[in-house]
Amino acid sequence: MNAFFLTPEFLVVCLGIFLLMLDAFTTTNKHYLGWAAMIGLAVLLGYSFLTPAVVPEAMPRGFYLLDPTAIFFKRFILLATILTIALAMDFVPIYEKFIPSSRPGAGVGEFFTLPVFACAGMMWMVSAADFIMIFVSLELVTICFYILVASMRKNLGSLEAGVKYLILGALSTGFLVYGITWITGLTGHTSLAGITHVLPMLPVGYQVALMFGLGLVLVALGFKVAAVPFQFWVPDVYQGAPTPVTAFVSVASKAAGFVVLLRVIEPFLTVPALEAKILLVITIMAAGTMIYGNLAALPQVNLKRLLAYSSIAHAGYLLIGVASVQAENAGAAIAFYLAGYLFMTFLAFLVLIHVERATGGDDISDFNGLASRSPILAGGMLVAMLSLAGLPFTVGFLGKFLIFAAAMASYNYGLVILGLLTVACGFYYYFKVIRAMFWQSAPAEAAAIEVSLMTRILILLLSAAIFFFGIFPQPILEMLR
Amino acid sequence: MSPLLYLILLPLVGAALAILGLPARRVAIAAAAANFLLSVGLVFSFDFTATGYQFVSSCSVMPTLGIAFTLGADGLSLAMLVLSTVVTLAAVCVARPPKNHPAWFFASLLFISAGALGAFASVDAFFFYMFHELALVPTFLLIGIWGSGDRQTAAWKVTIYLAFGSFVLLIGLIGLWLAMPVGERSFDMRVIADQARQGALFLNDTSMALPFGWGTIHGVQVTYLLLFLGFGILVSLFPFHTWAPQAYASAPAPAAMLHAGVLKKFGLYGILRLITPVFPPEIASQFNTLLLVLLVGNLLYVGFVTIAQRKLDLMLGYSSVMHMGYIFLGLLAWNPIGLSGAALMLIAHGLSIAALFALCGELRERTGTLDLADLGGLAKPMPIFGLLFGFATMASIGLPGFANFAGELMIFFGAFSAGLPAKTGFNNFQITTVIALWGVVISAIYMLRAYRQIFMGPVAECWQNLADLTTVPRLCVIALIILLLIAGFYPQLLINTIAPALIRL
Repeated sequence: MNAFFLTPEFLVVCLGIFLLMLDAFTTTNKHYLGWAAMIGLAVLLGYSFLTPAVVPEAMPRGFYLLDPTAIFFKRFILLATILTIALAMDFVPIYEKFIPSSRPGAGVGEFFTLPVFACAGMMWMVSAADFIMIFVSLELVTICFYILVASMRKNLGSLEAGVKYLILGALSTGFLVYGITWITGLTGHTSLAGITHVLPMLPVGYQVALMFGLGLVLVALGFKVAAVPFQFWVPDVYQGAPTPVTAFVSVASKAAGFVVLLRVIEPFLTVPALEAKILLVITIMAAGTMIYGNLAALPQVNLKRLLAYSSIAHAGYLLIGVASVQAENAGAAIAFYLAGYLFMTFLAFLVLIHVERATGGDDISDFNGLASRSPILAGGMLVAMLSLAGLPFTVGFLGKFLIFAAAMASYNYGLVILGLLTVACGFYYYFKVIRAMFWQSAPAEAAAIEVSLMTRILILLLSAAIFFFGIFPQPILEMLR
Repeated sequence: MSPLLYLILLPLVGAALAILGLPARRVAIAAAAANFLLSVGLVFSFDFTATGYQFVSSCSVMPTLGIAFTLGADGLSLAMLVLSTVVTLAAVCVARPPKNHPAWFFASLLFISAGALGAFASVDAFFFYMFHELALVPTFLLIGIWGSGDRQTAAWKVTIYLAFGSFVLLIGLIGLWLAMPVGERSFDMRVIADQARQGALFLNDTSMALPFGWGTIHGVQVTYLLLFLGFGILVSLFPFHTWAPQAYASAPAPAAMLHAGVLKKFGLYGILRLITPVFPPEIASQFNTLLLVLLVGNLLYVGFVTIAQRKLDLMLGYSSVMHMGYIFLGLLAWNPIGLSGAALMLIAHGLSIAALFALCGELRERTGTLDLADLGGLAKPMPIFGLLFGFATMASIGLPGFANFAGELMIFFGAFSAGLPAKTGFNNFQITTVIALWGVVISAIYMLRAYRQIFMGPVAECWQNLADLTTVPRLCVIALIILLLIAGFYPQLLINTIAPALIRL
């Protein structure tokens, strides 16, 4: 049998089609779909550890890459999708309020199925070694997200988010295609390996045009990873989208975006004349992203919006890693940071969903007195906030440590100083949530919040992962080698 | 495993049990008492003739970066560990269970204690750093939920200041780590000191041009400054001290005891571990003038601010900031007698400020006000309270007989002989020492005046029937004062334990 049919992406697509068919035959309880999706993805995740990774022969050469980074991020994206669907199952009661209900459970099936297709797209993205492949997989992901973001049809916020995401997403796609055209026109190649090969032989006069093309590609990728100045869509889309989708966009889409960003700039960094310019551009983006994300997060009163700005801030720290990519450990630092970001973000959004269900709102003031209403939710949120702020013994701290170490090793002192100042800002707005949960008292009529066993287990697992990898990062670092 | 691990785990287990619903106060006292006994056991099984770390156990965590969870204790860390367990025991004993969430209250106290113990028991600089931060959240909660006065501002300020200071410190640590030769990089303090002794650090040091034509600066200088300022912020070095008085004034008494008495010593201990044994004196001396000016700020500026205070809790907070000036002076002197004096002063100050904050908290419980103008003549209804407060006051001023006196004296001797001799007149260190001597007078002024206003004079009608100290707090304060007296009359006991750790460096 051709090995192509055994690539995990192909199996994920098969799973998605199977779920679509299953959806047509289940009319009442759509929860089975969620379980089926999670179990299917979990099996694939386990399968990825059992089989040796081989590049299928059917793939054209230089099209598809299977290095440790790609394998790591495929697992990362599978895990993120499983968690998204787990969150989606808890979110269904809110979701159903906002879709026209001609029959019970309408629209819920898509809510479980589309993330699976997006997952396949992102898994291709992290393996893509060719601009055509990058473009196609990126579009697969983005189109799934257009639908997911706007899927709460009766919610104005969701619709607004969908329109904004669609228009700006389409614009960034335009930039990407145009940039690819320039690069391909100048080098005669679409594959990154081919470009690497040709670049040193190009006349010096081409460099301005190359930088222009690459600049356009960076615009599109900046949009994906939410880097300043392409971050305008983030707060509105994050706030309006259904919460599990917000988590999915902020974690998986960002991670895939960073992998592509690293892959795309790699060939150009081999040319000394271009290297300094590219790194300067990324340094400026990193500085702007850190400053904007952290300062804009300070006055937020809505937690989802706060997390949106914090997601921009984290993109800034990750960009420090990209700007220091010539240092030995920078790649591992970025991957580790993203892995930590996965655990803490999903934990925060999981608690947020349950608070949303209990109080009907997602403002920070809705968290008042959560410690006495539900200790487990408050405890989970505490861990997530501490890790996002970067307190030791959490994975968030270790991620920042590795990033700063890489930046110091490549003499990016300016970014380090800026990082220090903005981290201190971060403590203020993350601790605002802690203050609401522990200092403030709950409203008088508030009852205790009941949390299902599965949610409890999930909170404990995510918290345990945050602490475990915060003390023993070696398993993750080993995978990257 | 090393017995030190149990020293860290016991308070954590106690905290977990308290949160899970066991009677919080009893669990906390039991955990603190067990920990105290364990630390006493460690003292007896410690080999005082040997040099280097004992009870060492190690577990590799990030071999690629040379990070390992290594525990161990030498004379200096042993003294700090005993200080921590003593102050913890005193703090949980004098703590009164608050009305709301008593379990979280005691758990937070135990968390701070575990953080401090972990930091002092760590041989690995990375874990040394991480354990210190364990105390950040409990401090935030303790001040924010159960504090008094302007608790919200105080809690935010202490949290953000300490978080920022720690990250400055972290960058300094990374700089130190990058200064090692590739392949031999490690966070183990023994390795760092070894490499420093062999001159292997900063071999490939690069220099950078400063903006505005201020010349160039070397990596080693940047690292030194980052580490010193990082530790300095955590220890309330002038002008980064403003978080401390407010936080201590607003914190509940046991939290102030633990924080001012134990946790703040982390920064000074860190300087003794990661700066004095590592950096060549030539590098340090380039910044001596700057740092001496800052510590004079601690002694004189903060001293005068302390005199101006009208409330006991703020006054004690500022006095604790001021006394850090002496310790910095001893550290900068960089000679054995100054360093030993600084180390002795660490412990003496920890014990005396803990006693003072314990009494201050008791006073707040009784009178509801700490305004010096409202109080007066309290020695009449509470004679024992007055006597013990008097002892603690004398210790804090540094009267002969208390360990504070021995520490200050050694620091002055060390500082006066430090630095290069000046061509004419006094050198910077000698000038600073002369100024620092006046610090003793300043502390005598504010402490004695506070004592007079609280305990002397006619007693107001409303304070006639105040109850004296109950047995448990009385015993706690007496124990702290006895320890101060022992170390004051026979400082050699402590010096003999601590000095090998410093001299070896």
